[in-house]
Amino acid sequence: MTQTLELFILIPFQGFVLSLFIPAQREGLISKIVFGTVGIHLAGFQVFLVYWLLHGYPTLNLKEFVLFKSLDYEFLIDFYFDKITATYLFVGSVLTFMVTIYSRYYLHRETGYKRFFNTILFFYLGYNIIIFSGNIETLFIGWEVLGISSFLLIAFYRDRYLPVKNAVKVFSIYRIGDVGLLLAMWMSHHLFHENITFLKLNNYELVHNHLQAHSWVGVFISLMLLIAAAAKSAQLPFSTWLPRAMEGPTPSSAIFYGSLSVHMGVFLLLRTFPFWEHQLSIRILIGLMGLFTSILATGMARVQSSVKSQVAYSSIAQIGLIFIEVAAGFHYLALFHFAGNAFLRTYQLLVSPSVVSYQIREQFYNFIPRQHTIEDSLPKRIEFTIYMLCLKEWNLDAMMYNYLWNPIKWVGKKLGYLNTTRVLLFFIPVFVVGVVLLMNKEFVPATVQPYLPVTFSIIGVAMVLKSFTERLHARMSWILVLLNHFWVALSISFNAHFDYTHTVLYLSGIAVFGLIGYFALRRLKNLEGSIDMNRFHGHVYKHPKIALVFLISCLAVSGFPITPTFIGEDLIFSHIYEDQVILAFLTALSFIVDGLAIIRIYARVFLGPHSKSVYEMGYRSS
Amino acid sequence: MISSTSHAFDEHEVLHKLKHYLPAQAPLKDFIHHNTLHAFQYLKFDKAIFSASAILGYKVSLTLAEYREHFRTGRIKEPVLDRIITQKKGRDNLQEWKDKLLTANYQRPSPRIGMLRSNWKKLHQVDLDSLVHPLLFRILCSYLDQGIAIWNFPVWNKGFLTAIRDLEKTSYTSFFRTPRAKELLLKGHCSVQQLLRILVGFNEHLYGQYIFDQQFAHQGWSGMVATVEANPETLLDHRKISLHDLIAFELLLEIDALDYHFGESWLPLEQALPTQPEELFAEVVVTELDEVTMLWQEAFEWSYYDEVLAGIQHQSPNGIVKKKSFQALFCIDDRECSLRRYLESEDTNCETFGTPGFFGVEFYFQPDHGKFYTKLCPAPVTPKYLIKEIGIRRKHKTDAHFLKNTHSLFGGWLIAQTIGFWSAFKLFLNIFKPSMGPATATSLHHMDKQSRLTIENKHPEHTEKGLQVGFTIDEMVVRVEGLLKSIGLIKDFAPLVYVVGHGSSSVNNPHYAAYDCGACSGRAGSVNSRVICFMANHPVVRKRLAEKGIVIPEHTQFIGALHDTTRDEIVYFDEDTLTVSNKELHRYNEGTFLNALHLNAKERSRRFESIDTNSDAGEIHEQIKIRSVSLFEPRPELNHATNALCIIGRRELSKHLFLDRRAFLNSFDYRVDPEGNYLFNIIKAAAPVCGGINLEYFFSRTDNQKLGAGTKLPHNVMGLFGVANGIDGDLRPGLPSQMIEVHDPVRLLMIVEHFPEVVLKTIQRLPETYEWFINEWVKLVVIHPETKMLYTFRGGLFERYTTLHEAVNPIADMEQLIETSHDNLPVYELQR
Repeated sequence: MTQTLELFILIPFQGFVLSLFIPAQREGLISKIVFGTVGIHLAGFQVFLVYWLLHGYPTLNLKEFVLFKSLDYEFLIDFYFDKITATYLFVGSVLTFMVTIYSRYYLHRETGYKRFFNTILFFYLGYNIIIFSGNIETLFIGWEVLGISSFLLIAFYRDRYLPVKNAVKVFSIYRIGDVGLLLAMWMSHHLFHENITFLKLNNYELVHNHLQAHSWVGVFISLMLLIAAAAKSAQLPFSTWLPRAMEGPTPSSAIFYGSLSVHMGVFLLLRTFPFWEHQLSIRILIGLMGLFTSILATGMARVQSSVKSQVAYSSIAQIGLIFIEVAAGFHYLALFHFAGNAFLRTYQLLVSPSVVSYQIREQFYNFIPRQHTIEDSLPKRIEFTIYMLCLKEWNLDAMMYNYLWNPIKWVGKKLGYLNTTRVLLFFIPVFVVGVVLLMNKEFVPATVQPYLPVTFSIIGVAMVLKSFTERLHARMSWILVLLNHFWVALSISFNAHFDYTHTVLYLSGIAVFGLIGYFALRRLKNLEGSIDMNRFHGHVYKHPKIALVFLISCLAVSGFPITPTFIGEDLIFSHIYEDQVILAFLTALSFIVDGLAIIRIYARVFLGPHSKSVYEMGYRSS
Repeated sequence: MISSTSHAFDEHEVLHKLKHYLPAQAPLKDFIHHNTLHAFQYLKFDKAIFSASAILGYKVSLTLAEYREHFRTGRIKEPVLDRIITQKKGRDNLQEWKDKLLTANYQRPSPRIGMLRSNWKKLHQVDLDSLVHPLLFRILCSYLDQGIAIWNFPVWNKGFLTAIRDLEKTSYTSFFRTPRAKELLLKGHCSVQQLLRILVGFNEHLYGQYIFDQQFAHQGWSGMVATVEANPETLLDHRKISLHDLIAFELLLEIDALDYHFGESWLPLEQALPTQPEELFAEVVVTELDEVTMLWQEAFEWSYYDEVLAGIQHQSPNGIVKKKSFQALFCIDDRECSLRRYLESEDTNCETFGTPGFFGVEFYFQPDHGKFYTKLCPAPVTPKYLIKEIGIRRKHKTDAHFLKNTHSLFGGWLIAQTIGFWSAFKLFLNIFKPSMGPATATSLHHMDKQSRLTIENKHPEHTEKGLQVGFTIDEMVVRVEGLLKSIGLIKDFAPLVYVVGHGSSSVNNPHYAAYDCGACSGRAGSVNSRVICFMANHPVVRKRLAEKGIVIPEHTQFIGALHDTTRDEIVYFDEDTLTVSNKELHRYNEGTFLNALHLNAKERSRRFESIDTNSDAGEIHEQIKIRSVSLFEPRPELNHATNALCIIGRRELSKHLFLDRRAFLNSFDYRVDPEGNYLFNIIKAAAPVCGGINLEYFFSRTDNQKLGAGTKLPHNVMGLFGVANGIDGDLRPGLPSQMIEVHDPVRLLMIVEHFPEVVLKTIQRLPETYEWFINEWVKLVVIHPETKMLYTFRGGLFERYTTLHEAVNPIADMEQLIETSHDNLPVYELQR
């Protein structure tokens, strides 16, 4: 029984790969492959489910394979199956199956038909990796897949401004969640000295023993997990991304942002529950977060005057309640609530265009001029204040800007004096000196040594901040992103003694795909002239192939699980010690901003309205 | 520049002009087709569209590549192209221009709109749109909302700006981020002029252009505001909004955004302007690209027109029916064109007519238990009558998924865990076995078949809200006479005369109103058909008609019906009033109608990918019905797509032709109307209605992004009155791409059967009507009823036109043709 688990990953993976090779004109074939993949998956699961139930629904764990192993480090792929997986798989496969059939007709003749279904399968693959994952590392792979496919689905209408802008926005919130997960992985590695599986987390003795000695470590890990969960499930303070994600075709919004994607945070909490079960403060915190979210989101849902944002906020409110249920330990209720909420919101979004004829008819026959709402009984000043705050989404969106992105941009602007030549003239020699010192560590005074990692790390962060705020040259921005990784590698190499193969592993993907990406940009520049970063250029319109190559390079460089760099990233973290919070923070920061800078380059250069075909493009606010 | 003595800015004038240029689409429930570029209609078509393009940045034609592709595939015919170039450019320049058409490359310069205001970004690196639009749209939508929000805008019964001032005055928070703008609002220092002085500076010459730039950055919202301001009843829940308030508030938000960005010490826009931008409405110079495009466009149009005209000229004499089995009146709608063809071939003794689908009776309609009146006549008409529906106990089914409770915290908690699972099941049913449900918008619910209508007015003082309830006998006589004479049906009545209105059914379709009858203001025509039949069956009315020379035999009965164009179903009304013999005939005719509907469904299905057109007609018809109630079907029907013709004359003109559902058919007999009086009324209505439909399709097709609504798949319903992409986009007026993708953008060709001199006098009677023809927004050709010669209207005169086609190809096997082609088909002569 355990061995069959891998099938549930393999089926969507094969379907996805297969779907990539179908010519875009063959609508029928594409939809058949998608239908077949999801259909077989659903049917297979039903059979498995019956079998599993008949055998007393045991918890299954499959140690799949070890991707990388060194003395003190092991990157392990592990699969797991229990009631939580079963519920998530049931809801996910049923909804995905129905929505793929729905979309077969709905998307007929739409430009990007193939792209849509590729992305759906990719998403479904990521979803399955997450729910079947047996450890955080495996889960993280799915998490990344989900993030990218969300980005691609929101920016499905890539030649309009708003979808692209919102896709970047959502991606940046996801990125925060990713780093939460990365840091949680880092710390738990130090805590357990292994890639702990979820199965072992169920072992109370083991967890308890480890936590007793390092209680703040436990709190730190739980907090990071909570950040990841809150970002993915649109809880406070991240809530505003969800309504903004409703930019793709209605069925994709329905299934991902109405139901599956947005409940992944709940999944993460359920999965890691044994770990924080005995940390009362964390449980209270999760409960409070859910409570505040559900209250504020309900208020925001009440004032929404567009049908999709209304559904989005009411879904967030329900997920807030689910957070409370999870924190309180009512897991069956939480699972039941998740399933019901997912089905309900999906259907509500799918029928949302009908709201006009339905409500107008209702109004025509039952119009009552003005209904007294509960808020009217409040004092006017309070009522107006709350109304305005709800309409402004409690300034949450502005807060994200002010406290998160603006400081980053501010620092980046301070680095405005850097240009390509200066970067090369100053930083390359410094880097070379760094490498030389690294080779000859014995010459470095012992008192200086501890400061070097942080210093190099700061330089790396500076690189990536500059890249993120670069306004003139796309290629410059790209080079800075690449250089950042080299600084990170240098910094960590000073921090710990380890094999050079680790560095090679980490930098291999970056170097190869960095070059490929660089040449893609250079080719584009030769064809289209200079590309600034001040606006969207939409070059995918004329150069879809270059765009694809560059997208793959972007994924590789940002540590997506297609090159060894992915493992390298985790590995790098494992060489930061648990008391080096500053270094961990800097490295994490450079990873966050790095991902953002990369997606920014891709979006600005390739997405948005094509700057050279003004008459055929949608206008800015359309 | 500091001198402010000259008052170059006249706010009233600028706003008036702006309203004229903004999109004029009403809220979704009142969707009515109109010429999207109506503001340019005072210009000749070519001049107008290229002006619109240069000023407002619209794409107003196909691309050169598309024309060239049509030329390559033979859809644009070489002889036609040569003829057009020769006519316009002279024989000597034929080759030179032809080369340009076929090979030259051109670049369109940037449009003028937005140039001035874009300097905020260019010179000051501040993106006002992204700082202002999301909040502005959200506030505006909440204020106008018709019933999506649960907690409505707290101050709703005051003007927009006053409402916001009230909120700002009585609140601990603010929509503004900085104090100055709020203060300006509260202290009332917020006239448009004052605010523009802060933003733009003292140069009043720039003000008008700045406002245009600002409002055209979100033409959808501004257009909606202007429409609601002009016509507040269009929202069931009225709102006192004005374009002025919107502009003032937006200017305040812009000041706020700039204060937030720069602090209060920034200079107005004019200070840094390097050069004066080009005057927005300065004369647009016609470029060579424009000329080339127009030559292509004309060649594209005449390649089709020429075929049609050749076909019409060669009528076959066997079109005349001797003994009539039944007569049927349909709407002129292009979707009825094929159904009439099938009826005539199923029963060669029947006779069909076309007339605008309100059948000459104009009134407001109040359904039983309805709280409002619905107008059932062409949009420009304001009726004085009210027809009420009585005597039904219909219950509207509700759908829990639209309940507001699902969005409350505890209601949502309960519902998610109960109805939530029911949703999964419902979704399953909807995908595998679609059926009609509460979410379906169907014309059958427009009026209950079993209900009674108050049609006859017995006391003229019987009025409600200033409307007379029903029509008096005199008023009925006028309307019945008018209808019959205009279509030339004044003798040889068959025992049964069907009057068939039309409507549609669809689900998940915010544009549902666009699918119904345009002559009934975007509603179904069922009530109108019942009303006119009641009148024509009224014994007193008949007596009076006989005195006027229209003798309707006693055994003749009129019977109302409704054709659902999506489902291809017909329901008949008041069947129990039929005499025994007529009932029998009716039963027989029902079979004829049903067969015709099957075949019509089959013909329509050739456009639908999901249906196999080779199947049996009855089977296809079932699938067509399922299609109309499928949630996942964005094209329940193709509506007016491909419309291109309007034929005004006797049925014999086109009865022998296969016109591929592209023609509006208005019956008219020149012999009944030698003076052109009825013709005048027909053209007066047909030019704006058919022309409006045609041009809306035309421009939605050429620029689906700016003049159309783009693809409907990501649409999000805003406040029940409009759609937008995502949650913070502009409203999208116009037609979605799914409605226009098969449409060929050609202007409407109106073909009138009468003497050229009569037609000329007729169209010149009313300047508004004449404008359509003299400025060539609608093309006009007259066919001489006696000589059968063709005359085309150009520059105020009729000129002889000889077709390049000798005749059109005959076709014997229609079915095979339909089964093998998805595309727009040429004209064929039917072999019966």
